Amino acid sequence: MTRTMSAGPAARVAHLTKTYGTGDARVTALDDISLDLIAGEFTAIMGPSGSGKSTLMHCCAALDTGDSGSVYIGGADLAGMKDKALTALRRDEIGFVFQSFNLVPTLTARENILLPLSIAGRKPDRVWFDSVIATVDLASRLHHKPNELSGGQQQRVAVARALVARPTIVFADEPTGNLDSRSGAEVLGLLRDSVKNHGQTLVMVTHDPVAAAYTDRVVFLADGRVVQELRQPTRELILETMAAMTAGI
Amino acid sequence: MLRVTWRNLVARKVRLLLSATAIVLGVAFVAGSFIFTDSLGGAFDDIIEGSTADVEIAYQGANDFGAGQDTRTMPASVVKDLEALPEVGSVHPQNNLQSVYVIGKDGKVVGGNGPPGLAANASGATSLTGRPILTVAEGRLPGAPYEIALDVDTAEKADYQIGDTVELATPGKPPVLEAELTGLVEFGNGSGLNGATLTLFDKTFMQDQFFGGRDVYGSISLNAADGVSQEQLRAAAQKVLPPGVVARTGDEFVKTNQDALGDILGFIQTFLLVFAGVSLVVGIFLIINTFSILVAQRSRELALLRTLGASRRQVTVSVVLEALAVGIVGSTVGLGVGYLLARGLAWVFGLLGLDLGKADFPVTWPTVFWSYVVGILVTVVASYLPARRASRIAPIQALRDDGSLPETALRRRLVVGTVLALLGVGSMVAGFSGDGSTGLSLLGLGMLLVLVGAALLSPIAAGPVIRLFSLPYRAFGSVGQLATQNSLRNPRRTAATASALMVGLALVAMMSVLGASAAASTDAAVRQNLTSQFIVSNVVQQPFSTDVAAQIRKVPGVSGVASFRSAIVELGGSSQQAGAVDPQEFARALALPLASGTLAALTDGTALVSKATADDLGLQVGDTTTMKMQGGEVRLEVAGVLSSAAAVPAGALVTFDTFDKGAIAPLDSLVFVNKEPGADTDTVRAAIEKITADLPTVTVKDPEGFAQEQKKQINQFLNLIYGLLLLSVVIAILGVVNTLGLSVIERTREIGLLRAIGMSRRQLRRMIRLESIVVAVFGALLGMALGLAFGAGLIYALRDQGLTDLAIPWLRLSLFVVAAGAVGVLAAYFPARRAARLDVLKAIATE
Repeated sequence: MTRTMSAGPAARVAHLTKTYGTGDARVTALDDISLDLIAGEFTAIMGPSGSGKSTLMHCCAALDTGDSGSVYIGGADLAGMKDKALTALRRDEIGFVFQSFNLVPTLTARENILLPLSIAGRKPDRVWFDSVIATVDLASRLHHKPNELSGGQQQRVAVARALVARPTIVFADEPTGNLDSRSGAEVLGLLRDSVKNHGQTLVMVTHDPVAAAYTDRVVFLADGRVVQELRQPTRELILETMAAMTAGI
Repeated sequence: MLRVTWRNLVARKVRLLLSATAIVLGVAFVAGSFIFTDSLGGAFDDIIEGSTADVEIAYQGANDFGAGQDTRTMPASVVKDLEALPEVGSVHPQNNLQSVYVIGKDGKVVGGNGPPGLAANASGATSLTGRPILTVAEGRLPGAPYEIALDVDTAEKADYQIGDTVELATPGKPPVLEAELTGLVEFGNGSGLNGATLTLFDKTFMQDQFFGGRDVYGSISLNAADGVSQEQLRAAAQKVLPPGVVARTGDEFVKTNQDALGDILGFIQTFLLVFAGVSLVVGIFLIINTFSILVAQRSRELALLRTLGASRRQVTVSVVLEALAVGIVGSTVGLGVGYLLARGLAWVFGLLGLDLGKADFPVTWPTVFWSYVVGILVTVVASYLPARRASRIAPIQALRDDGSLPETALRRRLVVGTVLALLGVGSMVAGFSGDGSTGLSLLGLGMLLVLVGAALLSPIAAGPVIRLFSLPYRAFGSVGQLATQNSLRNPRRTAATASALMVGLALVAMMSVLGASAAASTDAAVRQNLTSQFIVSNVVQQPFSTDVAAQIRKVPGVSGVASFRSAIVELGGSSQQAGAVDPQEFARALALPLASGTLAALTDGTALVSKATADDLGLQVGDTTTMKMQGGEVRLEVAGVLSSAAAVPAGALVTFDTFDKGAIAPLDSLVFVNKEPGADTDTVRAAIEKITADLPTVTVKDPEGFAQEQKKQINQFLNLIYGLLLLSVVIAILGVVNTLGLSVIERTREIGLLRAIGMSRRQLRRMIRLESIVVAVFGALLGMALGLAFGAGLIYALRDQGLTDLAIPWLRLSLFVVAAGAVGVLAAYFPARRAARLDVLKAIATE
């Protein structure tokens, strides 16, 4: 508790609102939402379909913009940033792990991992790279193409890719959604270790209570608003909260 | 980032190779044009240098490049005066004739109708290269009447050996001359004469036979004494020459001729490059389409790069770099293919009598430079649009399942397309009224703009036109329905693929309309103008001896003979074909419609001008103008203006007297013959044919046959153009193959599904084939429509140039559309096979 309080937010959402469509088809995805994502913490965002969790993450990750309100990454306000600044932000401050891995099929695992640095035109930090590779346990598969890797291995490559540039914050969008439970557990362990051992800030969108139990904090969303929050969650606690929310609706 | 580009290149090499093929063909055309004209230039440069002595002397204009046979001669006393000069090493007087054709053992003219038939006496001069202009390869030079020597190549082609009797068609009296072959000569450094034939006569015999027995010369070559420069020799010689005769240094003479040759080569090069340009424009369509599809297929990956922090610029650059690599590879291969193409062009020109068998085919630095510039520029520019679209992919698309590209609004296309098309029409209209090369450039630019505008607008037309197909396609059941739906799915892509075909076919259709109209106009002109019963002429209007007309005059039953002579002159500063006639005789042979004045008003010192010439030069009856000929200028009063329906191959008609003043030798290019009303046509014709029987250079025709002969010429020219346009159509077909192939890959999953629910391989192949036909026929229809419009517009613009009748070759045009459908079937072969061979399970599992 003390650690998170002293660290302050890596990203902050203030009064963010976003709607899709017009007239009868109007859907409010985010409804005046405010949230601090604390540095060095592993946060899960949970909620039923349509609760706005994906939209929230997209807005935080500079992939989408809200209608009103602000998003701050490392102190910088995203609102009003032009494409160039957003690109630089994505490149230097944000890491991404996708549900469907999204590796470049023509590149080897090693090349995929180094791609963000290559895009930024930076030299990889040898020591850091080796430690990342060791963490994700991929040393023997580095020269394979994605289609020669299992789903779990592909997602570990994707995690390594997100970590290698030492971003301020890493977003993971249902990272275990396409994996069996064993591979999923491996990837989740990996994510948790990166927070614990390297102080990486990590935000994960998921609807899986098992996955959410790996985190330090679970934020529950419904109808575009934060409705609940759990600290040091357990699987049982999460399930209880979810049941309570369903009953409440 | 570079690595991503490189890996993509390797991973998609087959697709990119097809794009590269478009570049290969376009660049090959460019390189081929350069190499061919360089080769041509080199071959003629060798001839010019190999035949020029230290100083060349002739009457002003008489031995200029392109000058016709000249009547002016120098007396032998000039030779004496020159020999007396201390600067002179040796004097080599010469007579030259331009239309002496060697008739081979098979009775045909050596080299066919086309290459010039040169004749001279062997002067013994040494050329600038330090070698004798002529060296005897075998036998000896002619030394007596009725002896000749031939160049080695001609003798071989004609199958003559030393001692044989050689038959010649000459401009003398009588035209046919038989002589004994005494020797074979080689020209210059053995470079040959590029298909021209060279006949050598004895000096005195030549004077007796062709110059009325006078001891005169047409030109004199000088070789300098030791230590005397060309300029010193020229200055000394000029002082003793009669007025009007000029001495030129060898270097100056070579330079003047090479410059004049350069103009002609430049024209040939431009002509070829226009077609290269058409191929490249079509290639651009293919490249844009290929890259658009590749970018669409990779949109998710590109979006991923954006989420990883790649900037828009980086995405654009990565796609353009891919194109750059394709451009470099394509240009390199294109250069090689261009060399082969130049050889092919030389072969085609060889059929027309231009023999480049001994010529080099040099690949010069400018050729290499322009090939790469054109190839790389075209690829990079064409890929830029898809690349820019790629950069607009939002990063968030990496998270969505449908990785579709942002669509530009059709409305912007509509606006841009319409503006371009209108600008194009404006430019074409301006081109119609402009003259010369400016007018042509404007016209070409206008057509290009209209074509690009039409290509932009074509997606809008795609819907309605393709829906028309759904009617006949009902016969194929659901397969036909699916085919129509598939082509409608991405109208932009269908339209872009069809547009590539449209460009080539628009030009083909335009040329067909022009050709058919020219043929119809010829028919009409012959029908309306000709009142004579026979025409004696050469297919390519090479001049022949006036003795032919003189002999025909004596044939019983012939009531009138009208000769038409022709020469290139300058009228009011612009180059024109001029004709000389006897007005009285000519009036009997042709009923020439005049816009103003009368044919009877044509007397010595006056001229009749064509409608087009009158318009261009602003001439009216009563105005005076200057006609500049090789022998000098003559002031002429305009006695009349021919109407546009007048079928005379000349911008101006004058009397023989004017040509005589211009030192143009009396040689006929057309002879019109009228028979007496009572005379039997066949008998008269037989009598005339007897006169021309020994002369394979000329034939006797009735008006119908005369029109046929001209139409055959038009068709030959059309076939040449079709051949040159073929390459652009081939590129367009590659485009269809490419688009279909890529869309099969895109639809792998869907195809698997169709197969899973019971569609047979045959049906699948048929579906793809039907789609291909839709695209091809759509392109053909667009092309036909534009081509018809271009053709009709051109005919309207050229109505003063004798193109009076607009004829639309409907049958031929419909055949083109049918052929396009057949091409569609062919183009579908590989994509259809690929689709049919897809493994059903794997196809469904494909993401």
